[in-house]
Amino acid sequence: MRKFKEFIIEKLVLISGLASIFFVILIFLFLLKEGLALFKFVNPFEFLSGKSWYPISEPPQLGILPLILGSFVVTIGAAVISIPIGVACALYISEIAPGKIKEALKGGIELLAAIPSVVLGFIGMVTLVPWVKSVFNLPTGLTALSGSIMLAFMAMPTIVSVAEDALYSVPKSYKEGALALGATHWQTIWRVMLPAASSGILAAVMLGIGRVIGETMAVMMITGNSAVIPKVLFSNLFGFAQPVRTMTATIAAEMGEAVVGSEHYFALFAIGIVLFVISFAINVTADLFLHREHKKV
Amino acid sequence: MRNPKRSEKIAFFFLFLATLLIVVPVGLIVVIIAVKGLPAINWQFLSDIPRQGMRAGGIFPAIVGTVYLVSGAIIFALPIGLLAAIYLSEYAKENFLNRIIKLSIVNLAGVPSVVYGLFGLALFVVFFKFGASILSGSLTLGIMILPIIITTSREALESVPQSFREVSLSLGASKWQTIRQVVLPNAIPGVITGTILGLGRAAGETAPILFTVAAFYLPQLPKSIFDQAMALPYHLYVISTQVPNVDEKIRYGTALVLLVLVLFMNLVAIVIRYKFRKKKKW
Repeated sequence: MRKFKEFIIEKLVLISGLASIFFVILIFLFLLKEGLALFKFVNPFEFLSGKSWYPISEPPQLGILPLILGSFVVTIGAAVISIPIGVACALYISEIAPGKIKEALKGGIELLAAIPSVVLGFIGMVTLVPWVKSVFNLPTGLTALSGSIMLAFMAMPTIVSVAEDALYSVPKSYKEGALALGATHWQTIWRVMLPAASSGILAAVMLGIGRVIGETMAVMMITGNSAVIPKVLFSNLFGFAQPVRTMTATIAAEMGEAVVGSEHYFALFAIGIVLFVISFAINVTADLFLHREHKKV
Repeated sequence: MRNPKRSEKIAFFFLFLATLLIVVPVGLIVVIIAVKGLPAINWQFLSDIPRQGMRAGGIFPAIVGTVYLVSGAIIFALPIGLLAAIYLSEYAKENFLNRIIKLSIVNLAGVPSVVYGLFGLALFVVFFKFGASILSGSLTLGIMILPIIITTSREALESVPQSFREVSLSLGASKWQTIRQVVLPNAIPGVITGTILGLGRAAGETAPILFTVAAFYLPQLPKSIFDQAMALPYHLYVISTQVPNVDEKIRYGTALVLLVLVLFMNLVAIVIRYKFRKKKKW
């Protein structure tokens, strides 16, 4: 009897162990199930490269290029802001900050990671958006730039914590060797620690960007949601000073109105497939980098 | 690099500056919400339904909805997550399957939240015909927080020293008895930490519940798991973007309640983890 009970439990444990694989596949299958139906109406190339997104006009125009570019602009902006600051902060925390301050800073970063994105979106709406509007003298502050700044904040906890882990896992002997040879602390950080942790830092950056691309609520609340191809002009800060709409925001904003089984509904799922594939690619690559890190050490 | 000492000072200054650039805004965000939200908080705000098109009254149904959703998510995710963690830490061998499981967990953690919403809509709402309901929303959130629970629980289980297991096995206990009587009790604080972090995450997410459960406005409380419900994060989204002329005080008040709820859970998790680390006997 006991043997039998144990057998059942071990099978349950195994099944639960496999649950993650099962769910990833299930998510992908259901996105495909609903999303691929779109391609009876639109061919995939037109869907990805079509320049206009008018899902409720007759006939609907379902080109997601403006949305892809919207995500792209916002992501680039967030990356430019968050990567240098995030990596610098990771260096400060892991190399310079003394014990107590280090713990406090780590706590602060965890706090930032815990703030719900809708709260960040709200606070962005009431503080950042008016600020961007007045500083850059724009007709509206709901722009790609506001979105980029807010998203940079959401990417930073990921970048800081993964990069800090990578720096921490560099063997002590590397650092001691450099210091013993007479290098200053900064020279050691710059020439020894950073290169040694480079693949982990790269993974940190990728995971941060993954977070940015997938972010929904804050983006929807502060980028202005205009599904047009961003114009890159000097006068509008190379596209950043205008409203854009990301892929994630489009799904979140429109799924409520889309009729189940309509072309619009299928198209939103097809955008979901694009997002899933992007995040899958980013996570697998980042994982490879992290693995390389561990093997090397 | 003419003067290495001086360039070091400059470099460290910039690293410090970057750190401030992250930490100061975080503090500001919390302070602003606290200062502007506190005047809105009173018993009526917490216990009344929204009135006058959500421009007055309270947020009680949204709080209740979030509590239901989060409880549902944990009921679903904790058993699976804990068993999965036991599998990874106690049973799995270093092989290809194990690698794939770990990769799946990483990917599950990286799927954009709005894609979880789509998935929940397609599977639970449409395919299983649960409709937009607490059940659909809880299951969607449950799958979303699974990676958090698995990862933290696994770390807790793996930090129990191998010798504990060996002693138990050598005394004639079976593998499962060892896990239940020796490994799990020593890993409980870590498992609780993971569970609370998962709760916090589920409470704050909006995108996964948009099309699976969230109701724009519901004056009465949900009666069964097949009812729609209001939820705090969605309510905040609604009153800050969808409803014009909502008093700023109400918006900040709602943001504050949500923020306090989520940060409180995270704080509890951090404290438990800290105490656990200090108390470790091995």
